[in-house]
Amino acid sequence: MSQSPVAAFDADLSPQLASVEALISGLSGVGYIASRRIATALYMAVKLQKPILVEGTAGVGKTELALSTASLLGLPLIRMQCYEGLDESKALYEWKYGKQLLYTQILKDRMGEALSDAPSMDAAMDRLHGMGDLFFSEPFLEPRPLMKALQERTGCVLLIDEIDKSDEAFEAFLLEVLSAYQVSIPEIGVLKAETPPIVFLTSNNVRDLGDALKRRCLHLHIPLPDAALEQKIVASRVPGIEAKLNTQLVGFVQSLRGLDLRKSPSISETVDWARALILLNAGALEGEVVRDTLNVLLKFEQDIAAVEPQIAELVRQSAG
Amino acid sequence: MQAALEDFFRALRAADVRVSPAEAIDAHRTVEVVGFSDRELFRDALCATLAKSGEEVARFESVFDTFFDRRSQAVTPAPPPPSGSGDPMEGLPPEAQESDLARMLLDGDGAALAQAMEAAAERAEVSQIRLSTQRARLTRRLLEEMGLSEIERILAAARRLGGPGEAAADRLEAARKALAAQASAYVERQHELYASGSGKMLREEMLARKALNAEGGIDPVDLAMMQALVKRMAKRLADRYSRRRNVAWTGHLDVRRTLRKSMGYGGMPFDIVFKTKKVDKPSIVAICDVSKSVAAAAQFLLTFLYSLNEVVDRLDAFAFSGRMISVNKVLDDHPVETAIFEVLKQIGFQQTDYGRALEDFADQHLDRIDRHTTVIILGDARSNYANPRLDILATIQQRSRAVIWLNPEPDSYWSQGDSVMNRYERFCHVAKTCNTLEQLERIIEDVLRTYIPR
Repeated sequence: MSQSPVAAFDADLSPQLASVEALISGLSGVGYIASRRIATALYMAVKLQKPILVEGTAGVGKTELALSTASLLGLPLIRMQCYEGLDESKALYEWKYGKQLLYTQILKDRMGEALSDAPSMDAAMDRLHGMGDLFFSEPFLEPRPLMKALQERTGCVLLIDEIDKSDEAFEAFLLEVLSAYQVSIPEIGVLKAETPPIVFLTSNNVRDLGDALKRRCLHLHIPLPDAALEQKIVASRVPGIEAKLNTQLVGFVQSLRGLDLRKSPSISETVDWARALILLNAGALEGEVVRDTLNVLLKFEQDIAAVEPQIAELVRQSAG
Repeated sequence: MQAALEDFFRALRAADVRVSPAEAIDAHRTVEVVGFSDRELFRDALCATLAKSGEEVARFESVFDTFFDRRSQAVTPAPPPPSGSGDPMEGLPPEAQESDLARMLLDGDGAALAQAMEAAAERAEVSQIRLSTQRARLTRRLLEEMGLSEIERILAAARRLGGPGEAAADRLEAARKALAAQASAYVERQHELYASGSGKMLREEMLARKALNAEGGIDPVDLAMMQALVKRMAKRLADRYSRRRNVAWTGHLDVRRTLRKSMGYGGMPFDIVFKTKKVDKPSIVAICDVSKSVAAAAQFLLTFLYSLNEVVDRLDAFAFSGRMISVNKVLDDHPVETAIFEVLKQIGFQQTDYGRALEDFADQHLDRIDRHTTVIILGDARSNYANPRLDILATIQQRSRAVIWLNPEPDSYWSQGDSVMNRYERFCHVAKTCNTLEQLERIIEDVLRTYIPR
């Protein structure tokens, strides 16, 4: 392998990681408005070289945090989406069966040639042992996301998305990767990362994760933001928005969260809605516009039906 | 500071935040990185290392506030000596000169007193407190360790001598009282930190074994706690049994499908397929007697089953006392905690008649039962001498995967009076006494396990 010209990522030398404040301003530079708690958890994760487990309802910016960290630190992002039935051949590595088969066929053809002049069976076996065994070797290895992340010499951000969707066996299999940044391949041995990746795991709490996995990670729960933080997020994500509209729409969304809904709108819905309102050239929040665009915000028919009669009231509140 | 952190971990453990030795090491490393100067940074960083779920974060925060608040609370010193007088010890008997505590009290040195109290608390092992009844004894030990007996001797001597020492003795007396109050408050906080959680755990353990058909019903306070407990039990089971739907037969090659797949590669078996087994999700029919003696148990059974929705494919619930009705709709419209009262409003307080209830079921809902269905019947089988209709239960048994009868009464009562349990028992795969939450959890776990192939 050739030596990479780029220096490996080092958390102690990176100016973005000098302090929590530097991290907050750095993240806001790439468009992610982080609360202090988020930034602290990320800071600790990088300093202690531990994976970070991010929990929170859908759409609060769990995945976005990993993407923003990657772009802030200028590291490549490797993403692995988890689902039920994900196993190591899809997550870690797989043998290139096809090539292995071709290899054995070539081997068979050449074998007779190579061994034909051996005087006896024992001599032929000796010669056979002398040849390199390539069948299980790195060239035949097809790296999958986890292994790719360990092989990045300059370091990278590894995002293991929705870990709660995978099954328990896979979770156990992750333990080695997460605590020692290495994998064991039975046929070859242990492969260890030169530069440990920064690992994010996200979870929607579909099921409780095992204690062993939780123990190896720092934990970060991202709650729904308060009004001030959400306004900042909207302003950063939707640059053209007027301050007045921003205040109004965030106030509206915040009061929606107080209602008893099947799925409360989260940050991503707020941002989408802000974009929709800009597209429709809405200068201020009005009952008509809100009614037309409510489906951006609410994803269930019952929720929309429950909110519709109260729109006028809610708009008045958020304006006042 | 290391000792302080260790105490903090113990307080966290008492509040049911798991801190393993490895996490403790992480926390120490965290503290090395962030230092103590920035309180918010210190708290957030520790929180990220130690608390591992949303609830744990909340508990962490409350423990953090109580714990690190204590350290900043200085002990209130004695009222200052009257201005002009020189040595505050003036007039006191000679013992007073040798007592550090008396000096600290009279000098009004709050910080030193707080420190002395910490040290004494360590010697008196105040943080080992477990029960609220230990508070008085530990307060006394704490004060003794601080040297209260010396003060009492000094006071007695001063009163005996009289004269100029009286004023100083008065001040000392006041300071002693303040100190006793401080010590009591200190022990109280320790109790809150280290023992409040264990008290709750004890209580929950007790509730898990509490009889559900107790005379006079269940205390409303207990009821709320038991509901929460049932939900937690259900979540635990759901987590355990929700994970695998396809269990691989490790190493069993599926030859037929492998050959089929190899067609595309000219007969080369590139894609190798292994055999898997599909795991059925349980399908459950619950039939609950809601007469007075069984209603509480029925409520918990329904709560339990409804909290299992992740692992249960289909759940139909029926309730009866005289006639039988389906309660699916009631349970959809109301939270499960209050649904049982709705059901009682509709059909409660009729004379229990198992035969009639089974007839109603056979007439309207028998097609719901197939060979995947587990039927759980909850009732005391006291049918007021009406025809028990064993034939219908036999039909149900033949059609279903299993019939499980849970009876809140112990089995020695099963053949007494109007109970026909011993006659129903023959048609059940399992008939068990189920009168506590613990038994309920065990039985439902058994049901779930029968669906998992070996």
